Amino acid sequence: MVLPALVALVAMVGGPLAYTIGLSFTDWHISTIRPPGWAGVTNFISMFQDQGFFSSLWVTLYFTFGSLALQIILGVALAEFLNRQFVGKPVVRSMLILPMASTPVALSILWRLMLHPTLGILNHFISAIGLAPQPWLAQGTTVVPVLIMVDVWHWTPLIMLIAMAGMSAIDRTLYEAAVIDGASDLQRFRRITLPLIRPAVVVAAMLRLMDSLKTFDEIYVITGGGPGNASRILNLFIFDQGFRYFQMGYASSLVIFMTLFMMGLTLMLIRVRRGKWAR
Amino acid sequence: MNSGRNLISRTLFYVTLAAVLLGFVFPFFWMIFGSLKPGVILQRMPPDWLYPPTLSNYRNVFVQTAFLFRTFNSLVLATSAVLAGMLLGLPAAHAIGRFGRHKLGFVILMVRMIPGISFLVPWFIMYRTLGILDSYVGIIASHVVLTLPLIIWIMIGFFEDVPLEIEEAAIIDGCSKWQTFLRVALPLTRAGIATAFILAFIFSWNHFLFALILSGPRTFTLPVTVFEFMTYEEIDFGGIYAAATLITAPIIFLVLLIQNHFVEGLTMGGLKG
Repeated sequence: MVLPALVALVAMVGGPLAYTIGLSFTDWHISTIRPPGWAGVTNFISMFQDQGFFSSLWVTLYFTFGSLALQIILGVALAEFLNRQFVGKPVVRSMLILPMASTPVALSILWRLMLHPTLGILNHFISAIGLAPQPWLAQGTTVVPVLIMVDVWHWTPLIMLIAMAGMSAIDRTLYEAAVIDGASDLQRFRRITLPLIRPAVVVAAMLRLMDSLKTFDEIYVITGGGPGNASRILNLFIFDQGFRYFQMGYASSLVIFMTLFMMGLTLMLIRVRRGKWAR
Repeated sequence: MNSGRNLISRTLFYVTLAAVLLGFVFPFFWMIFGSLKPGVILQRMPPDWLYPPTLSNYRNVFVQTAFLFRTFNSLVLATSAVLAGMLLGLPAAHAIGRFGRHKLGFVILMVRMIPGISFLVPWFIMYRTLGILDSYVGIIASHVVLTLPLIIWIMIGFFEDVPLEIEEAAIIDGCSKWQTFLRVALPLTRAGIATAFILAFIFSWNHFLFALILSGPRTFTLPVTVFEFMTYEEIDFGGIYAAATLITAPIIFLVLLIQNHFVEGLTMGGLKG
């Protein structure tokens, strides 16, 4: 019964990936009529001599770990803050789901308009409180932080809702016992809440990590990788090589690198997690 | 004394809560707020907070672009990708759920892990050779790669929750494997199937990258259409607000239907295993 699904995946995923491995050893440029020629490992060598490649690798790590760290801290903090009974809790929960459910392209365009240097609402608010408006997306120093902010807006609720679910499952009597023993608020949070929600938060963070590494829509729509290549994440770098310059051979070797890189990172983290927390 | 302090802390809580919510909801408010604004005052900064609302931005979206046709494209694409994903995925999920998930489940998780761009390069070349760029078949096939792993992962959990005894009883009564699946397991997991259906639909509806490269004038989807608004010479603020509202509205409706399962679905049973 697994067979049909497996056949579909081999046809759409396995086969194409194998084909890409083959292509990565060629110098194929799709806009010329010259058939692909054998290039050996030239593509992989030029990859490691390519400034653009290293800068995209740096942007990828900066963006991913920056937004991941903020999302975890903010998500857990907000979950702890909201972890009590209050009027309208279900409504609040639904509202928090909105950012992660809505179409990324639509919301990204919206962010781009809000970040517009002269017509954007963000600069309006910023000057209203007396700070200097910035061309957020046009300067290398602010562009990645701003993209991180958008990603944090987009995905913090995921970590937060998962943390909240974990917190509501914690046995109340643990806290009561801790209070009797004289534990402070902070101690109760550090010694009871955090260890008990950690497994769930770690899984969520890992999924977020995988998705963050391959972010495309937000960055393509908001900055297109610019200014220069200040926000050109690896995904976008490959996209440009393949579909703007039509260097299919080079793009394929980059694809191989990125796939191995992501698998390696994820497997490493799974192993670390098994070793440390699975018991 | 005590109740006074309580009141202060309660007020503080609600004020902070309101600020947090404002941060998360403001872009949505701004989108709908802008979509109803008359064109002449749309770009004015500081913004007009009070204005006579108009539907002219929405009218322009439908008149100036093929928005209705693109909506049709997106609907056909997402529905077909989900149905194909169900057809392939439900039996697979049942088998994996019953006979051990480890190896196959891992393969399927891998598919989710690999960045979409990795498939896109070979697909583009394959599609060009086969002449199926800008065709429904091609784009539906690409979106099955999104829906299939999602459906399988969600449904494994639901099938595992069906008591084994019920299926064993069916087999003793002479049901074949397929009959057990169709007559026993499927009806018992209707809630799961609905969740998987809606989530997979949202994934496909929202997806941008594959259609950006593989679609063309005959098959452009809504995300590609919304993006086009950005690339015109002059930014059409009203059009963007209205189009973004239109593409988001059905998703919000669907999410509210399954909100209790939405987060679990996004993490794809990862929290279980």
